[in-house]
Amino acid sequence: MKIHEYQAKGILAEFGVPVPRGRVAATVREAGAIAAELGGTVVVKAQIHAGGRGKGGGVKLAASPEEAERAAAEILGMMLKTHQTGPLGQRVQRVLVEEGMAIRQELYLGIVLDRRMGLPVIMVSGAGGMEIEEVARTRPGAIVKVHVDPATGVRGFHIRKLAFGLGLAGEAQEAFGEFVAALFRAFDAEDCSLAEINPLVITTEGRLLALDAKLNFDDNALFRHPELLALRDLDEESPLEVEALRYNLSYIKLDGSVGCMVNGAGLAMATMDIIKQAGGEPANFLDVGGGASAEQIENAFRILISDPHVKAVLINIFGGILRCDRLAEGVIKAVRTLDVRLPMVIRMEGTNVELGQRMLAESGLNFLAARGMKDAAQKAVRAAQAA
Amino acid sequence: MSILVDENSRVVVQGLTGKEGTFHALACREYGTKVVAGVTPGKGGILHEGIPVLNTVAEAVAKEGANASLIFVPPAFAGEAILEAADAGIRVIVCVTEGIPALDMVRVARALAGREVRLIGPNCPGAISPGKAKVGIMPARIHLPGRVGVISRSGTLTYEAVGQLTARGIGQSTCVGIGGDPIIGTAFVEVLRLFQDDPETDAVLMIGEIGGTAEEDAAAFVKAHVTKPVVGFICGQTAPPGRRMGHAGAIISGGTGTAAEKMAAMRAAGIAVVTSPADMGAAIARVLAAGAAPATKARPAPRPFSPKRQATKPRPSVKAAEAATRAGRSRGKPVRSARKAAGTRRGKRR
Repeated sequence: MKIHEYQAKGILAEFGVPVPRGRVAATVREAGAIAAELGGTVVVKAQIHAGGRGKGGGVKLAASPEEAERAAAEILGMMLKTHQTGPLGQRVQRVLVEEGMAIRQELYLGIVLDRRMGLPVIMVSGAGGMEIEEVARTRPGAIVKVHVDPATGVRGFHIRKLAFGLGLAGEAQEAFGEFVAALFRAFDAEDCSLAEINPLVITTEGRLLALDAKLNFDDNALFRHPELLALRDLDEESPLEVEALRYNLSYIKLDGSVGCMVNGAGLAMATMDIIKQAGGEPANFLDVGGGASAEQIENAFRILISDPHVKAVLINIFGGILRCDRLAEGVIKAVRTLDVRLPMVIRMEGTNVELGQRMLAESGLNFLAARGMKDAAQKAVRAAQAA
Repeated sequence: MSILVDENSRVVVQGLTGKEGTFHALACREYGTKVVAGVTPGKGGILHEGIPVLNTVAEAVAKEGANASLIFVPPAFAGEAILEAADAGIRVIVCVTEGIPALDMVRVARALAGREVRLIGPNCPGAISPGKAKVGIMPARIHLPGRVGVISRSGTLTYEAVGQLTARGIGQSTCVGIGGDPIIGTAFVEVLRLFQDDPETDAVLMIGEIGGTAEEDAAAFVKAHVTKPVVGFICGQTAPPGRRMGHAGAIISGGTGTAAEKMAAMRAAGIAVVTSPADMGAAIARVLAAGAAPATKARPAPRPFSPKRQATKPRPSVKAAEAATRAGRSRGKPVRSARKAAGTRRGKRR
């Protein structure tokens, strides 16, 4: 799960990570009031989940409350386009108004899970403001990493390796150490999958501050962080994907015309792959879960067909234990209830597969039975292209 | 021989009395697996479907001689269930539970490092040695005893692959689903080593997916240590970057973990990579037919069985107790809604 910058800074401040003074505003007037309260030059920053906001015109400097209002008026409500949003951009509904500052140095600091090592890894580089992937590609030597066991936490030697790697010594090293330790505590306590400060700035007076902040959370751990769920901004997510989540379906919308419904994530990905190999384009990823119950099938159908680009549906269920007659019954009921008119190709495996296929054939509905994945994909692609 | 599970496996089911635990424990027993006990704290002393229920895994080891465990405990408590099994001296732990927080698994993996225990999963279908034992949730009837090893990060895609083999009359020595999470107990490399050393396995089918670098590690291992033919498939060739494709671990992040990279690494290591999921069985048939020709690679010296987690760098060991305490922290923080906790796990009856 992703949250906004202002929310991330609120959480980080609780863990002792120094962040600039500032508040979030939903209106032009509020933005002006916050700027007046802060005094001096302020920064007005669009709050959307995507990165690259500055380049898209979503971050502006303002020397007075009036200028802050003008900046907020330009940003609020705009469709902000960045390399991480879709081509339409994302509508800005809030701005963060923060104190401006004179910057001496910009650093990168990030924590992610290193899957190979099975441990969180802290990464720093002197190239603050640049995306870490870009630094990794162009100047891999500029990134310093330490792996941290949560059982022991961040230790002095971790800090020394990172700080000396960045050329920080003395007081700066001490402040940096406290900063890193606080960020790691937040990463661990809040079950983050990513905690990124880019840039971490050192001001001309020598203060260290999180100028930007990004926190992503492990979806599997949200059950023990009910307070984080309240921070979810559904406006930032695809409405169909949000709907799917309510029914415990894993759905991702893509751009093709062959809708697919599959049980199991690996088989669902493989089904997308074989649709492409048959000359078509998958309209989605959709995993109905292991059981593929009648209720799941009906909800999945409803979400699938609400995408107007879908011209044919491919159902690929490898049940094994599942009884195919029950599955067929569920599919027929869902198709009748929802009045699905699209051509539907069904490939199923499991107990009573012949009975299930006979039920589909005798239903009078627009079903095409398939034998094996390749046959199913070819039939579905042909049906989508004929539509 | 087969690997991991066989007729000598004596299985304790943690979470036996739940709906899924009961259903799958009975399916395992029906297959001929020795399901010797179940553990449900507080229900010790009863017989559930003829299986003795005990309060702790330690009792299951002491009284029933359990040496393998199959876990169906909800995600909030599954990390602790794994640690309990390891603490009781269980050698092979299969964790089916989906939805365990990644940082819980970090702590569990650290606690198990260097111990005589092998964890399969979590978020996996388990392991089956056809004709000998089934310790997992896979449908028994699609399997056939034989000499091909199967390793996969997926559940139903593994069944698809096994179905293709069985349809061709090609049997399996052992099929292992290693799980779809970012942190898992046993990676491809360790299972490949076991198959390489198993005299009853002639060829290996390896099914990977996008995300992480486990397939690249496996390719390097195959190149250096595996003389048996290996066929590979990677799903998610059409997956968009930055999106989690169902499995917590199936995500292309920062431009790495793509199917193209993995397939290239595997091909470079001499693995026969198929691009279509419909061709997995046919490719195994081809390598088995070609296997009649004399091998060109010398077989490396056999390695001893090593249950340790494969690490690319040496890692310091931690006090298990300390890590265990931290991993069990989910207990310290009240779960406000039990329904929500259970809701993160999907049905596993495939």
